[in-house]
Amino acid sequence: MTELLVGTKKGLFVLDGDVGTGFDVTARAFPGQSVEYAMRDPRSGRYLASVTSWFYGGRIWVTDDPAGEWQEAEGTVLPEDGDASLARIWVIAAGEADGMLYAGGDPGCLFESHDGGLTWALNRGLWDHPTRPDWTPGGGGLCLHTIVPWPGDPDRLMVAISAVGVWLTDDRGATWRYSNSGIVPEYAPEEARDMPIGHCVHNVRRAGGQPERLFMQFHGGVYRSDDSGASWIDVGDGTDLPSDFGFPIVVDPADPDSAYVIPLIGAEDRTTPGGTVLVWETRDAGASWAPRGNGLPERDAYLTVLREAFDSAGAGTGLELYFGATSGELFGSGDAGANWAPVAAHLPPVYSVRTA
Amino acid sequence: MPLVLLRAPLSELAGGREHALEGATVLEALLALESTCPPVSGWVLDERRAIRPHVNIYVNGQLAREETAVGEADRVHVLPAITGG
Repeated sequence: MTELLVGTKKGLFVLDGDVGTGFDVTARAFPGQSVEYAMRDPRSGRYLASVTSWFYGGRIWVTDDPAGEWQEAEGTVLPEDGDASLARIWVIAAGEADGMLYAGGDPGCLFESHDGGLTWALNRGLWDHPTRPDWTPGGGGLCLHTIVPWPGDPDRLMVAISAVGVWLTDDRGATWRYSNSGIVPEYAPEEARDMPIGHCVHNVRRAGGQPERLFMQFHGGVYRSDDSGASWIDVGDGTDLPSDFGFPIVVDPADPDSAYVIPLIGAEDRTTPGGTVLVWETRDAGASWAPRGNGLPERDAYLTVLREAFDSAGAGTGLELYFGATSGELFGSGDAGANWAPVAAHLPPVYSVRTA
Repeated sequence: MPLVLLRAPLSELAGGREHALEGATVLEALLALESTCPPVSGWVLDERRAIRPHVNIYVNGQLAREETAVGEADRVHVLPAITGG
């Protein structure tokens, strides 16, 4: 039995089931409000959701029972003497220290919690970075959307911001450095492509069992780093991938050479190529990619899968994969992508999918 | 003192629909609301003490802004804008 937390344009949906027998919606929360992201802290069992009211702004809510009462978390606000207000929280991630959680938001802000998500404080190291005046938003805003801890080491963290790039810290967020070496932003003029920041990273995951390796879905290109994010190499160019554009990326925790992407026709369209839905897999660290689509729509299916709407559970041959689309459809695989089945067909537009 | 009138979910957060509050402007009345009812903090005003873009304030039926003057017996309605999707 797997629990899925599905953030949608019209609330949070909790689904329970498995790919073989199907899933049921077991809870819904925040009807009518955008739930950008929801996750369950594996240490405490607590659920956390980023909820944005069209009217009253964005905030984090927590609960121990998603079908019960939710409590508003405190502290996800920007400095009162500044000129910015919080647009939304994009992502929440468990840290490595006890009770530590991170939340990333727009405009390019990182919040930290030391009490399991009840109270939060702005990370000033990143907020006050001297390059901030040069940061520019991507299509989704100036969103800090990716948070990648280093297993076992709470001092080290990687985050990514669109359209700014990768940021690394080795001192628990006191100081930050950008790290976009090797990433080629082809959307920029040729003479500007070696710019230190301005990179529209879409999503990054750390390889299982090999923490210095990371896989990235970029705005144009799939990249890998083998040196903890210090430099990046293109592992999509020249392969069979039908497009270098996409949003999410997922890895198999049992295989550091694995990654899964869902290519979309580039920035001008952002739908599944040719009306065929395919997940693409590498098992050789990006040297080659192969489609995995048995059971997925083969024709007339023009889906958009957003950056947080793809996740996994388990590992190895039993790796479960789940993704949702803005069409409201949700698909799952229980055998590492070899076969797929519908999980839900008629949800509101899906913003995020996380296994709990 | 002006009377601030709320609808759900703000009324639920504030523990009631009607709140008589001190203040010579809309902003002062809303800050008094936050002070009296802390759970409302951040819902109507953002970090910059600006009315959120999709919240409308009416004083005696007239659309108002932060600096709009309010006085004794004025009715300050806080309403979600007719927007969204």
